[in-house]
Amino acid sequence: MTVTASASEPRPPLQRWLLVWAAALAAVLLVFLLQDSVPWAVDYPANAVVPVADWVSALMGWIKSNLSWLTRSITAVLGVPLDFALNLLAKNFKIGHGADAYVLPRLSWVGVCAVAFLAGHAVGGRKLSLLVGGCFLYIALFGQWTSAMLTLALISIAVPFCIVTGLFAGIWAWRKPWAERLILSPALDLMQTIPTFAYLIPMLLLFGNSPVSAMIATAIFATPPMVRATMLGLTRVPLEIGEFSDMAGCTARQKLWRVLLPSARPTLMVGVNQVIMLALNMVIIASMIGAGGLGYDVLLALRALKVGEAMEAGLAIVALAIALDRLSQAIAHKQAKGHVHQAVSPSFWRRHPNLSLAIAILAVTTLLGLFVPAFAAVPKAITFTTAPLWKAAVNWVTINFFDAIEAFRVALILNVLNPVRAFCEGFPWLGAVFLLGLAGYQLSGLRLAALVAALTGFCAITGLWEKTMATVYLCGISAFIACLIGIPIGLMAARSDRFEKIVTPIIDTLQVLPSFCFIIPVVMLFRVGDVTAMIATIAFAVVPAIRYTNHGIRQVPPALIEAAKVSGCTPRQTFFRVQLPLALPEIMLGVNQTILMALAMIIICAMVGTRDLGQEVFIALSKADSGRGIVAGLAIAFIGIVADRLFNAWTAKARARLG
Amino acid sequence: MFQKDDWMTTEQGSTQPGTNDRPVKLACRNVWKLFGVNAASFIRERDGKASMADVTAAGLVGAVRAVDLEIRQGEIFIIMGLSGSGKSTLVRCMSRLVEPSHGKIEFEGKDLLKISDAALIELRRHRMGMVFQNFALLPHLNVLDNIAFPLSIQGQDRATREARAREVIDLVGLRGREHFYPRELSGGQQQRVGIARSLATKPEIWFLDEPFSALDPLIRREMQDELMRLQTMLHKTIVFITHDFDEAIRLADRIAIMKDGEVIQIGTPEELVVNPATDYVAEFTRDVDRAKVISAYSLMRACDGSEHGGTVSPDAKIASFSASIVSAGKPFAVVNGTGKPIGEVTPQAVIDLLAGIEHARADA
Repeated sequence: MTVTASASEPRPPLQRWLLVWAAALAAVLLVFLLQDSVPWAVDYPANAVVPVADWVSALMGWIKSNLSWLTRSITAVLGVPLDFALNLLAKNFKIGHGADAYVLPRLSWVGVCAVAFLAGHAVGGRKLSLLVGGCFLYIALFGQWTSAMLTLALISIAVPFCIVTGLFAGIWAWRKPWAERLILSPALDLMQTIPTFAYLIPMLLLFGNSPVSAMIATAIFATPPMVRATMLGLTRVPLEIGEFSDMAGCTARQKLWRVLLPSARPTLMVGVNQVIMLALNMVIIASMIGAGGLGYDVLLALRALKVGEAMEAGLAIVALAIALDRLSQAIAHKQAKGHVHQAVSPSFWRRHPNLSLAIAILAVTTLLGLFVPAFAAVPKAITFTTAPLWKAAVNWVTINFFDAIEAFRVALILNVLNPVRAFCEGFPWLGAVFLLGLAGYQLSGLRLAALVAALTGFCAITGLWEKTMATVYLCGISAFIACLIGIPIGLMAARSDRFEKIVTPIIDTLQVLPSFCFIIPVVMLFRVGDVTAMIATIAFAVVPAIRYTNHGIRQVPPALIEAAKVSGCTPRQTFFRVQLPLALPEIMLGVNQTILMALAMIIICAMVGTRDLGQEVFIALSKADSGRGIVAGLAIAFIGIVADRLFNAWTAKARARLG
Repeated sequence: MFQKDDWMTTEQGSTQPGTNDRPVKLACRNVWKLFGVNAASFIRERDGKASMADVTAAGLVGAVRAVDLEIRQGEIFIIMGLSGSGKSTLVRCMSRLVEPSHGKIEFEGKDLLKISDAALIELRRHRMGMVFQNFALLPHLNVLDNIAFPLSIQGQDRATREARAREVIDLVGLRGREHFYPRELSGGQQQRVGIARSLATKPEIWFLDEPFSALDPLIRREMQDELMRLQTMLHKTIVFITHDFDEAIRLADRIAIMKDGEVIQIGTPEELVVNPATDYVAEFTRDVDRAKVISAYSLMRACDGSEHGGTVSPDAKIASFSASIVSAGKPFAVVNGTGKPIGEVTPQAVIDLLAGIEHARADA
């Protein structure tokens, strides 16, 4: 007896869990079937809703009425550099008032484009020069110059702000582990999972409908990667370098600023790149609260259903995004590769030829702009617009393929979306809390179980259960389909270098695009509704599934593959028996990322008429109802956190098993 | 035989005259470093005494245990041990990069663990230097700035520190590479930069933490020669960490062998080879080229009146006269500083040693 018991010892836990899960599912099913007798377990009773939204509204109202001196002075202080940047790049400086005001011109577009070519050349050679310069020229020639420069001005003020704040927060977290664990880590998680819309509401309330509130929202949204990059960079500095600085007799300050941070520069630059891209993304969305610029153009055009104009402004965003991304990546890459020695020269001009040249070009072209109008503003004669073309194209598609598209759309709604939606919205809230808690317990333990259950419970007791489940349903379907598409592509990319070469630039570009841009082409074809939201979300969220799968398969050590081959595995067996199991944790990380990105996108899709938490935030935004918006935003964040924690726990477990 | 043992005890087997009577530069007195919860109080409560079993039973890891040693002015003191033996932790305790759990580190008689942070910084800025296994060069600075860095944080002006940096650049033979960045240099060159940087401040005690372990064998040998060349010019007190016994034998005045956090034997290379304290030490010394380590003194016997073919000093290595004694075919007299013979070495003993059978003869 004892022998058999000990021999089969590893099995019982698994079987026990199977039993537990069967019992749990049965219990939930029972609740669902008997919902007439226990209605409170299915739909959260309306009279028990905790009015968190009202509390938040009251708090925000109090802040607004009592701390207005603070918010006003913040607006005034931040307004100074922001106005300067806006004037410099987009609006011209006006000194004095009225008709006799003296106008100092903004930087000439010719000069800015030339500097873009130059900057590309300086950090990445001719190819990058052509790409970056071309993007700027494109923006100018397609008549988007002023809007694009407005956007760029906001970014150029928000990004340094994010970098400095992120750097100091990161240093603090690195110095004080308790601060990281108790304050910064949870705050960062929340900052990155709260949907971008939800940021806008309190900003709107506190700082008004102005570029400053857009900038603050952008700064909050775009700072986390810098904090993380700083922490990561500092912990990754080789131990010996830290020891060296101690042995050289550095004070704590010298050690940090002269040794550790410079040594961490490559990682910091990756953070800077991410900050820039997130800031761009957010500036576009913040156009709703007065940021202006390209995002505002898209928004206006979308509202008026002018697809051509929306597409054009959208493409300008894409051009700007690609230019900024490639430029900052090239700089980061250059940092990582390290410096190359060169002769030291005493004169500034010789030491910084590119910078000097850039300043000279800007000065000369801007001065010329005083006399030659073609330098001051892009002449109408050389701009051209593709808006009619896009409109014609959409019209053509609509006329010729309307039936096919419509049939596809209806079939999708009737056969896939609606049943899933019905299932999700009918799911008992108590059952969901219970099952998710159980999953948390199995994967990690009591703490995760409590966290997951509490966060899920929050969505129910604030009276948002139905909308939460509407979000879960659309997000879940989109993420599922994104994985169905992305993982096979990733697998193919991992098995063929040629295919990878084709896929990589595409997913790089997809990843760079602000989420806004995904909606435009889909709206053209599918009009507003869940289908549009789903397709845009899939396009947005497919990238991590591809990237992580590819990376996961490729990082399997070659020695293991050789071992498999030597043991006589066929390629097929090698793939299914060795590569896939070993890559599974990485692939699951990709799935996790896909879910989080899908969630972020679904919320933005509120603009195209979904009926979920995103819509709740969107409505709150238009009514400036901070309590409602923030609570809905938190509910969205909690969905993301629950999914993230469960997946991470699962991945950690799988990793531990693989060693 | 009797007379030889007598010599051993009175002179403590010193074949490197002059190191014993020098002042002690750095001493470890019952130094402990334990890792784990409440490690410091654990060892304090036991008054600095605990066995390996005690430590393990308390759930602690004993990285350095009860280490007592004295490093004398101007000697090359090598701490030898395999990975995980605690040698790196010990050298970090000596410089207080790692705070010992218990014990005293005495630098010129003063307890390093009691001095203030400011005093420690001063001490490290001017009197200690360290070279690291993986070079620890700053990637964003070129060779010149890397070497001048320790001077720059002391607040020296650019002209002064660069002049000094150029001096040490010449010293380690890197002239012409001043404006190269670490990535552009080979491993050997990078470690030359590391050495130059640690010498820029003219330290008195020089810690070298496995400085050549990351280098190819050929480069390693070249760097060892380079170190010996520098030492003949600079006469630093050197604490050198290595896991390579051959390297230890080549460079050391004295070697401390560590195992599981304890120092199990301290002695000259010859003492370790001739009188290994444990089987563990014997295992290391087994493949050593004895003729290069063992001196005439260790091999001599009392004179039996036969004719001598030459004279050697007691600390001459066998390898230095083996060819001449074998071709002479007669015993050589071992003479002390005043020219008085204290014994003789026979050609047969040298041949046996070269053939690796001296133990058999001793037993017989």
